[in-house]
Amino acid sequence: MDTESTHSGYSYHSSRSGRSNRHGERHKASSSKDSSRSERSVVLNPPDTPSHNSHNSPNSHSSPVQNGGEPLPGEAVPEEPDPGDDAQDDNWGETTTAVTGTSELSLSQEEVVGLGKSPEDRARTCRRYLPLALGLLVGLLVLATPLAFLLLPVVLWPDQLQVCGAACEGLFLSLSFKLLILLVAVWALFLRPSRAGLPRVCAYRGFLATLTLLLTMSYWLFYGDEDYHGIAQFAVSLVDSLLFVHYLAVVLLELRQLQSCFSVCVMRSTDGETRYYNLGRLRDFPLHNPALLSASKLRTDKQLAGLKVYNDNSAHNELYYEEAEHDRRVRKRRARLVVAVEEAFTHVRRMKKEDERATPADILEVREAALAIFPSMARALQKYLRTTRRQHCHSMDSIQKHLAFCLVNNMSPKAFLEAYLAPGPTLQYGPERWMADQWTLVSDASVTGGLKEGTEFLLRCLDFSLAVTVKDIPYLRLAEEFVDPKSHKFTLLLQSETSV
Amino acid sequence: MSFIPGQPVTAVVQRIEIHKLREREHLILGFSIGGGIDQDPMQNPYSEDKTDKGIYVTKVTPGGPAEAAGLKMGDKIMQVNGWDMTMVTHDQARKRLTKKNEDVVRLLMTRKSLEEAVKCSMGGYANR
Repeated sequence: MDTESTHSGYSYHSSRSGRSNRHGERHKASSSKDSSRSERSVVLNPPDTPSHNSHNSPNSHSSPVQNGGEPLPGEAVPEEPDPGDDAQDDNWGETTTAVTGTSELSLSQEEVVGLGKSPEDRARTCRRYLPLALGLLVGLLVLATPLAFLLLPVVLWPDQLQVCGAACEGLFLSLSFKLLILLVAVWALFLRPSRAGLPRVCAYRGFLATLTLLLTMSYWLFYGDEDYHGIAQFAVSLVDSLLFVHYLAVVLLELRQLQSCFSVCVMRSTDGETRYYNLGRLRDFPLHNPALLSASKLRTDKQLAGLKVYNDNSAHNELYYEEAEHDRRVRKRRARLVVAVEEAFTHVRRMKKEDERATPADILEVREAALAIFPSMARALQKYLRTTRRQHCHSMDSIQKHLAFCLVNNMSPKAFLEAYLAPGPTLQYGPERWMADQWTLVSDASVTGGLKEGTEFLLRCLDFSLAVTVKDIPYLRLAEEFVDPKSHKFTLLLQSETSV
Repeated sequence: MSFIPGQPVTAVVQRIEIHKLREREHLILGFSIGGGIDQDPMQNPYSEDKTDKGIYVTKVTPGGPAEAAGLKMGDKIMQVNGWDMTMVTHDQARKRLTKKNEDVVRLLMTRKSLEEAVKCSMGGYANR
């Protein structure tokens, strides 16, 4: 059964973009085996849709192509979801097994990747890997210099060389091992892909790089033609110095930041979600804590659009009843969802020995099993996600993948549901959902200063901003007091009443 | 009713004589006591000074001999038949009141209103 020759990958998102010619079509399931697919089709917004017209900014965030160098996943069509989405698109949950052909609007993956290499994306990729490249450069220099010290006399003036005895052998051995240790240490400390692109150079790293270069240059300056034993000792002393610089790097970059001395309060502007973090001593303003950027769960402010404003007299009442009604609806949908999922899970179980004799048509692979039980719970899940306004976070494909994952690992229905009942951190939704990778630091204090008590600034991205407040962790004065265990004595406090 | 440690206790007292009533094989007086040096004085609702560990009358049975003799709730018992009750444990107080061979209990008790009554009348004398 050829269900995967060509197919389109939609998200629930894109199908709501208002294209009327899509409404009649049956929307499909994703394929079962990703690796066997040679071609993936991706649907792009045609230019005349209202969501595309509203994002006319030159930067590429609003375009369907997100990151230049990376192939588009099947459902990466980010748009602003419109508020009144409850009425549209009931087809999502109803069918999962029909496969559509490609439409005239879809492109193949190669074309899409070719589209992605716009100049600004190239520049951004450059900037992202620049520190890594610089680190590699310095590392190569570090490796090459001692070897050059040793090899140059042999290459350039071999006639003046005296033969060096066993002492040199020892020096060569120690040099090679120290070089090896230094290389591993440099790789461990510096050659790590950075998690965030920061607007400023890390002062410590700059200082260390400068120090290393200065050290190497001064050694080159004093490199003279002494006897070979002296040259070998010279090279070994260089490697020793480099090792000490590396120790300094460990202390500056890693150990000093460990001690937390600031408590940072981050509040999201759209809905007030607040998180608290303890951070270490940071000389540079950019925050070295990537967890800070991925803390908040991504909910758009259409949540706020759902609240209608009445005149002052009945405002309280209306708000109260509306919220009560909403809670009731959420609970009702949640109950139905839990029942539907539990029932769906009873329909499938792992194949036992005696089932092997059953007809082959009844034996299913994981993805097929997931696809088979998905329709019975899809509607309830869709309704629940709509009521809690989280339907844009989970595409159909991701739900089926999660279901297959749960089936393979023998998870209970409740475990499967946890991902949808409890909103998790943003990272769980995958990079294509987390639309904010471009952050701006906004502050009315000096942006070059370090963190202090009472610092307040704003981390702004496209959809919302995070207000960050920094508080000092208080200095605790700890005193000692020894309590003798024998001193724990008690008396009874009675108040009896006796009648006489 | 408050006392200063180290100083003798002075109080205006009233003498009350209670005749015990025989109820089956028990002799009862018809009231309940609370307090004592082994008890928690803070929980005493009747004492003026919350560090007072004296014996107080916490309940008077209606129609009993104590009520007939004029004992009231909240009275502090200072002496029972000559025995001091200001520095006794709760159990000692109970024993002194329930001696089987005694039919009559003569107690000295004090209450706030007594002090005030005396002060008023003394004040009247002082003015003269």
